[in-house]
Amino acid sequence: MASLKELQNRIKSVKNTQKITKAMQMVAAAKLRKAQEAAEKSRPYSDRIGAVIQNLANSMSGAGDAPELLVGNGKSDTVLLVVATADRGLCGGFNTNIVRKAREEIVALEKAGKTVKLFLIGKKGYDQLNRLYDDQVVEYISLKEERKLHAGIAQRIGEQITGMFERGEFDVCKLVFSEFENVMTQNAVSRTLIPAIAGMGVEDDTPGEHAADKVFAPDLNGAIYTYEPDEAGILRVLLPRNINTQVFTALLENQAGEMGSKMTAMDNATRNAGDMIDKLTLTFNRTRQAQITSELIEIISGAEAL
Amino acid sequence: MADKLQFSLVSPEVELFTGEVDQVDIPGSEGDLGILPNHSPLMAAIRTGAITVYADGAETQYFVQGGFADVTPAGLTVLAERAALLSEVTPDALQGDIDAATQALESLEGEAALAMQQNLDGLKAVAGA
Repeated sequence: MASLKELQNRIKSVKNTQKITKAMQMVAAAKLRKAQEAAEKSRPYSDRIGAVIQNLANSMSGAGDAPELLVGNGKSDTVLLVVATADRGLCGGFNTNIVRKAREEIVALEKAGKTVKLFLIGKKGYDQLNRLYDDQVVEYISLKEERKLHAGIAQRIGEQITGMFERGEFDVCKLVFSEFENVMTQNAVSRTLIPAIAGMGVEDDTPGEHAADKVFAPDLNGAIYTYEPDEAGILRVLLPRNINTQVFTALLENQAGEMGSKMTAMDNATRNAGDMIDKLTLTFNRTRQAQITSELIEIISGAEAL
Repeated sequence: MADKLQFSLVSPEVELFTGEVDQVDIPGSEGDLGILPNHSPLMAAIRTGAITVYADGAETQYFVQGGFADVTPAGLTVLAERAALLSEVTPDALQGDIDAATQALESLEGEAALAMQQNLDGLKAVAGA
């Protein structure tokens, strides 16, 4: 049996760990609130931009000169998978879930005979996916240096994706990220970015409440939209912007999910540490009692021998 | 003038304004537009500049950069890539953007250059005001 001193040390060390996990939980809770707010604030914009594109797409359908970003380039041989994960660990199964989803996608796509290229955002996903598919990773971005997510980051990523599409490096683009439902639940989902029309109206898998699947058709009372400049001109600017927005939304959802997941994980860790302390304290007290008893027996038997 | 225009100004990061107003002046890419209640449906690209909102006799100005104005019978929505209260935008803060736009302009040509020039002009106009 461990000595009293050893037990004492262990209790102390577990208590320290508990303090750390508790602090991390509280930090995550504070950040979660902020992240959730940010995600909610960005929602009107992404909802509206989706609606506007839907609108334009309807009026453009049938026209032969629809932009490739909207309807695709007619092929689907090469698929670019944009996988967004967190840069930090210690957040339960959050990153693993996204990576698992990405791997499912990769396996399914490769089975269908497609070439898969990977565009990775976030260090954790890179660490896990680069091991398996290092020759397919075409781009890796870490957001560790960014203090706060802002639209500029998403714009940079979005422009990179659009640029690659225009150079013909891929035909279809899918975005894998974690959709924030609530603190306990985050669903890893995949959405089609390019062609934009495929990402609308239908969800690829798990339906989300606030997702782009809200079909929006304004009641124009029979009036006709005036476009300034023309539809094609607007779409040309709007579609790349839509990609930026989708990326931005994904990053914000991810951030909220990461924090929620971290909060839950750290809460569990704190509770585990508490259980462990209780158990160790019990052993400590028993050991001490046993020691006292044996000392007493020694004294008493010594006295009787006299 | 019983009619009011339902107006909302949203950027990717925040919904800056939402509410009922009397009139909104928008810098459209093809020229300035004044939107009044019951405007016919319109979708217009906007250029860098200032939006003026008239509500209850008061005027509020917002700085916007890139985006769209969407008019439906339900109201007007401005989707701006960047938006802020004009009073919170200082010429110093814009100088960096002006420099960047000037530099970007040199490497561009054709339509992209025109768009960038328009952006630059708008930035300069706002910074000079």
